[in-house]
Amino acid sequence: MTTSAISVPRPHAGLGDGSRGGSFGSLLRAEFVKFRSVRGWVIGMILAALLTIFLGVFAAANANIGCQINGGPPKSGKACLPSIPHGPGGEVVSDSFYFVRQPLTGNGSITVRVTALTGEHANLSSGRAQVGSAMVPGLAEWAKAGIIIKQSTRQGSAYAAMMVTGSNGVRMQYNYTGDTAGLPGDVLAAHPRWLRLTRSGDTITGYDSADGTHWTQVGTVQLTGLPSTVEVGMFATSPNYTVTQNSFGGNSNNSGPAQATGVFDHVSLTGGAPGGTWTGTAIGRGGRAGGRGPGGGPGSAPFTEAGGQFTLTGSGDIAPVTPGPGGPFPTVTIEQSLVGAFLGLIVIVVVAAMFFSTEYRRGLIRTTLAATPRRGAVLAAKAVVIGAVAFVTGVVAAVVSIAVGVPKEENQGQVVLTAPVLTEVRVIVGTAAMLALAAVFAVALGAILRRSAAAITIAVVIVVMPFLLTALNVVPAGVGDWLLRLTPAAGLAIEQSIPRYAQVTSVTSPVQGYYPLSPYAGFAVLCLWTAAALALALVMLRRRDA
Amino acid sequence: MSAAVQTQPAATMATAAARGASLRHALHAEWTKLRTVSGPAWLLLGAAALTIAVSAAAVGATHCPQNLTCPVDTTKLSLTGIQFGQAVVAILAVLAFCNEYSTGMIRVTLAAMPRRHAVLAAKAILIAGLVLVAGAVAVFGSVLAGHLILPGHGFTAARGFQPVWLSYGPTLRAACGSVLFLGLIALLSIGVSVIVRDSAVAIGTVLALLYLSPVVLAFIGNEHWQHRLERWTPTVAGLTIQDTIGLRNLAITPWAGLGVLALWAAAALLAGGLALRLRDA
Repeated sequence: MTTSAISVPRPHAGLGDGSRGGSFGSLLRAEFVKFRSVRGWVIGMILAALLTIFLGVFAAANANIGCQINGGPPKSGKACLPSIPHGPGGEVVSDSFYFVRQPLTGNGSITVRVTALTGEHANLSSGRAQVGSAMVPGLAEWAKAGIIIKQSTRQGSAYAAMMVTGSNGVRMQYNYTGDTAGLPGDVLAAHPRWLRLTRSGDTITGYDSADGTHWTQVGTVQLTGLPSTVEVGMFATSPNYTVTQNSFGGNSNNSGPAQATGVFDHVSLTGGAPGGTWTGTAIGRGGRAGGRGPGGGPGSAPFTEAGGQFTLTGSGDIAPVTPGPGGPFPTVTIEQSLVGAFLGLIVIVVVAAMFFSTEYRRGLIRTTLAATPRRGAVLAAKAVVIGAVAFVTGVVAAVVSIAVGVPKEENQGQVVLTAPVLTEVRVIVGTAAMLALAAVFAVALGAILRRSAAAITIAVVIVVMPFLLTALNVVPAGVGDWLLRLTPAAGLAIEQSIPRYAQVTSVTSPVQGYYPLSPYAGFAVLCLWTAAALALALVMLRRRDA
Repeated sequence: MSAAVQTQPAATMATAAARGASLRHALHAEWTKLRTVSGPAWLLLGAAALTIAVSAAAVGATHCPQNLTCPVDTTKLSLTGIQFGQAVVAILAVLAFCNEYSTGMIRVTLAAMPRRHAVLAAKAILIAGLVLVAGAVAVFGSVLAGHLILPGHGFTAARGFQPVWLSYGPTLRAACGSVLFLGLIALLSIGVSVIVRDSAVAIGTVLALLYLSPVVLAFIGNEHWQHRLERWTPTVAGLTIQDTIGLRNLAITPWAGLGVLALWAAAALLAGGLALRLRDA
């Protein structure tokens, strides 16, 4: 039977082409015609885009925050928006610290010895920060004190710094996002840390030493466009002190204002104007933290010098701003305008599942397979068509959601953590690609199960539930991380716009856009699931009668 | 059409006894339909198995180290699986009507039993009854898993944790409420499926109702809207029936929350009944 079917086409070329189903291009066209000629599916895709946009904008438009600045009248919305520094890379940064500085023209270097780093923070023992009450001793993990070469005193300007930290040893940091580890261990009077920064043109090199004679290079960085005169000096600052309850969920944490005090001696500056004097300046809100401390209230000087020994106290941070509570102001990420994609996902998955299962119900599948006996090609054509349609729908929905949602969030007084253009493109295209993959996944499930209801439920629940269980802390943080690594929900990571910085203590919840896998790795997991479902669908489609 | 016309005189003569008889016959017919295909039995079994498996996994993955306080609602944790089981229940309930529409069986059904509300009532009673039975098994298995596993993971009475067992009032309430929750989800799904008729669209609508509100709640920053969503969405309000700690901070009391879900289910059934009556099959 089959042999005759194969031998027949030779003499009748035209007929033969038809019996083999023509090229893949015409198959694609056939499937696309099927799609666009069912009005309900086209409406469904338009609905998917509209609902995605509606939900995203609804969530964005209802995030209004109120504030009261320095005991003034209560305000809300845009009036609460603080002035936000942006770093050289375009990211939103915090740049608040106490700076003891002098100008440096041309090349030069600064060397200091740090003998102590201590800190105080708001009392968090009763569960929340007690504003105005006495501060208690304690050092935030990323409290820092050290030396810095900075383009200017403007917040957000370029810099490179060598510092000792609360519990992360000596670091060289630059331009807010760069971070290189130096000598480990805490700084104490018994084992002080020597730090050195040298400038040569645009190149800044950082060194550290335990004894002041044996120096190790920690790192070197090019600060392009550095003016000939820069500010050089010592600094101290401390981000909020944060207590994270790691026992259950990564999400329950308290934080309160904190300040760090660094003690410096053996300060030497080469290349500067001879006899230059040190000036103390609070960059941003970089002076003492609001509370009263045993070391003196806000009124006492944040900087003293006695016999070559400098003592600086500051608060704030020199770091990128990350999403979530604990930061200096309420923030949102661009992907938070894309919450509607969950609703879009459900609608798209419904249409995708129907795209295949309807053929079984109406018996059209027998016509389709008679016209194109290559079942793999049929499956591929359906996957490509529904994937492409879902992708286009997703791009439109994501672009409009962000274009409308982000200004709305800014109007509400939220600081939107902007990302580089390429990252925004990745978030938008990635969201659309994720929806397309979910649609293909649903088509494959539809072919395997031949039941649209079951296929839709699996495709939706397997993406939404791992996210929900982790975001709502239903399961412990460790388990949630594994769910977001192994299930198709890992693909949501493609929406993450703000990277996780090791040098910032931040809340890592998927609601803030943080996922345990990197964006592309998470996306690859979703691709693997879809590929596996397609492979299984192909096997089933070949084995079973239609 | 002709069948519908012929029933007019019968309907006017209907007495209470006839009405009861028609529901009884409808129940019998629906029961025959349900038990003679394998799908519903597998789905019921699947709902119970999935619920117990997920609950046991959630409980098994949760430890409370000796030196930390764990703000965990042990009863709610033990009933985590309900959030997955509800999806299977929704499939079962949606298919009960939509399968008849997709195969054309609905026309036979309505020709044999022209009293459309009786058909709807019979299906709703049967599906809800079966779901309650399966739900009772699922909830009992989940509570048992919590009861057996949690004390070994640091959630002991000595550290102030109430035992996850039916002898403890709030746990009993959460357990019974979770069974009812599944029953109400089934009724809600039936209502939606009668309105929508296509199984794919119906399951999509039900899944959006079940899972979207918690997602939006996680993202929305506005306290007023948070409060509204917590009070009025079917699953967030309905699942407050599982809470046993921090009841003061809930936006709605547990039984009232389940009542909100009941309102959703009643509204869906009512709209479904109306749609069934007004439209051609």
